[in-house]
Amino acid sequence: MPEPVIKIEGLSKSFGANHVLDHFDLSLNRGENLVVLGKSGSGKSVLIKCIIGLIQPEKGKIHVLGKNVLTLNQTALDYIRVKVAFLFQSNALYDSMTVRENLEFPLRRHSFQLTTKEVEDMVMEALQNVGLEHTVDMMPSELSGGMRKRIALARTLILKPEIILYDEPTTGLDPITSLEIISLINKIQEKYQTSSMIISHDMKCVKLVANRIAMLIDGKCYAIGTYDELSASPDEKIRQFFN
Amino acid sequence: MFNQGTDIKTFLNETGEIFRFALRFFREGFRPRYEVDEFLRQCFVIGYKSFPLVALTAFIIGLVLTMQLRPSMVNYGVEVQIPAMVGVAIVREIGPILTALIFAGKIGSSIGAELGSMKVTEQIDAMEVSGTNPFKYLVVTRSLAAMLMLPTLVILADAIALYGSYLGVNIYEPLTFKLFFKKVFDNLAYIDVIPAFIKTFFFGFAVGIVGSYKGYYSEKGTEGVGLSANSSVVVSSVLIFIIDLIAVQIADLFQ
Repeated sequence: MPEPVIKIEGLSKSFGANHVLDHFDLSLNRGENLVVLGKSGSGKSVLIKCIIGLIQPEKGKIHVLGKNVLTLNQTALDYIRVKVAFLFQSNALYDSMTVRENLEFPLRRHSFQLTTKEVEDMVMEALQNVGLEHTVDMMPSELSGGMRKRIALARTLILKPEIILYDEPTTGLDPITSLEIISLINKIQEKYQTSSMIISHDMKCVKLVANRIAMLIDGKCYAIGTYDELSASPDEKIRQFFN
Repeated sequence: MFNQGTDIKTFLNETGEIFRFALRFFREGFRPRYEVDEFLRQCFVIGYKSFPLVALTAFIIGLVLTMQLRPSMVNYGVEVQIPAMVGVAIVREIGPILTALIFAGKIGSSIGAELGSMKVTEQIDAMEVSGTNPFKYLVVTRSLAAMLMLPTLVILADAIALYGSYLGVNIYEPLTFKLFFKKVFDNLAYIDVIPAFIKTFFFGFAVGIVGSYKGYYSEKGTEGVGLSANSSVVVSSVLIFIIDLIAVQIADLFQ
């Protein structure tokens, strides 16, 4: 029996008359890469922002590592956020800080008692994971799009999270850089045994990273299965993604 | 008529939202954790880096004001009163209001654009998931720094404007530095200096909080960043005049 690290039950969220999530149910099991697939504007990003507490849903429960994040106080939510990392679609690197300061930021903010040497080691390890040690003193504006994505990935890894939420990790990247990011996602899963929820509509990425795929259609989890199972589905709503 | 009604409703809604935002500053600003490092960095960015522009403007205004005033004063045969008159004008009104407006243009737009850009590129969200309260880290530090740095800049601007005036007087007739400033300070009372100084804290707070509000709730992508910067300047400039009007009425009660 797989152990769920995230369990979402009856999640609903509307923006005005637009019901983006409508009694949405989903589980992410320990150690798996689960892709949430859906059209642009279907509510995929809203879903993972609800999980990390950036958006408050109207109804439902979100259990992360056994705790309902919607009922947690700020301190408890911050504790969960150490275990759950988030890779933003726009990378969200702090423009005014160097790569080193960007990576140090979560370490220093989460009030860990770390020495300067330990912080330096953790920064360099995170950069080694993405192959960009030489960029440590550069500013984000000096990096290419692919490098920024890898630095953002290094920042999500620095706290050694159990769960990583990826918001469209390959959007806006060229095919070669996309493959590098996909390879990194798989490498991270293998090396740190992380559980990942990946939002995407890039079918190459979906095929290469997904252990399971959840289809988000009309605000609900319309179907769930492996790539092969869903691509062979006779349902037109599912097939249109795989054609 | 319909548009006017909508505009008034939008204006009142926004006024209410800015007021709530300012209340949140007091609610969150005085509870730990205190962002001392970021506050000091903002004091440097906001205060030190605004100084050259403020100093240049103050110097020119002091000089020009004296030169413009002189013909009228000569006509009435009271040119000897120029230092006293310029001193009162600069300390009571021109120094604070001019510095505050320059500050709104430079710092208000900068805070609005910076926070707006951080908002649309999800940096504020990234801060939140990194265990940081972005309101404290970004808004409280900037608003507090603006509130404390503007009075400092006004004191410096007043001194520089008076120095400009001293040079302006000396273009036409020699007057010693000591005598010029004796004439200025002989004619200044506490009631001239204290209300003018106190109101600058409110000017600074208005610039910081409006710039932060506009940036923090920036929308519509990069277009929204420009709008945030622009409306930060407009709203904080209007607020500066409103606060000035109220401050003058209150100061008059103590005359």
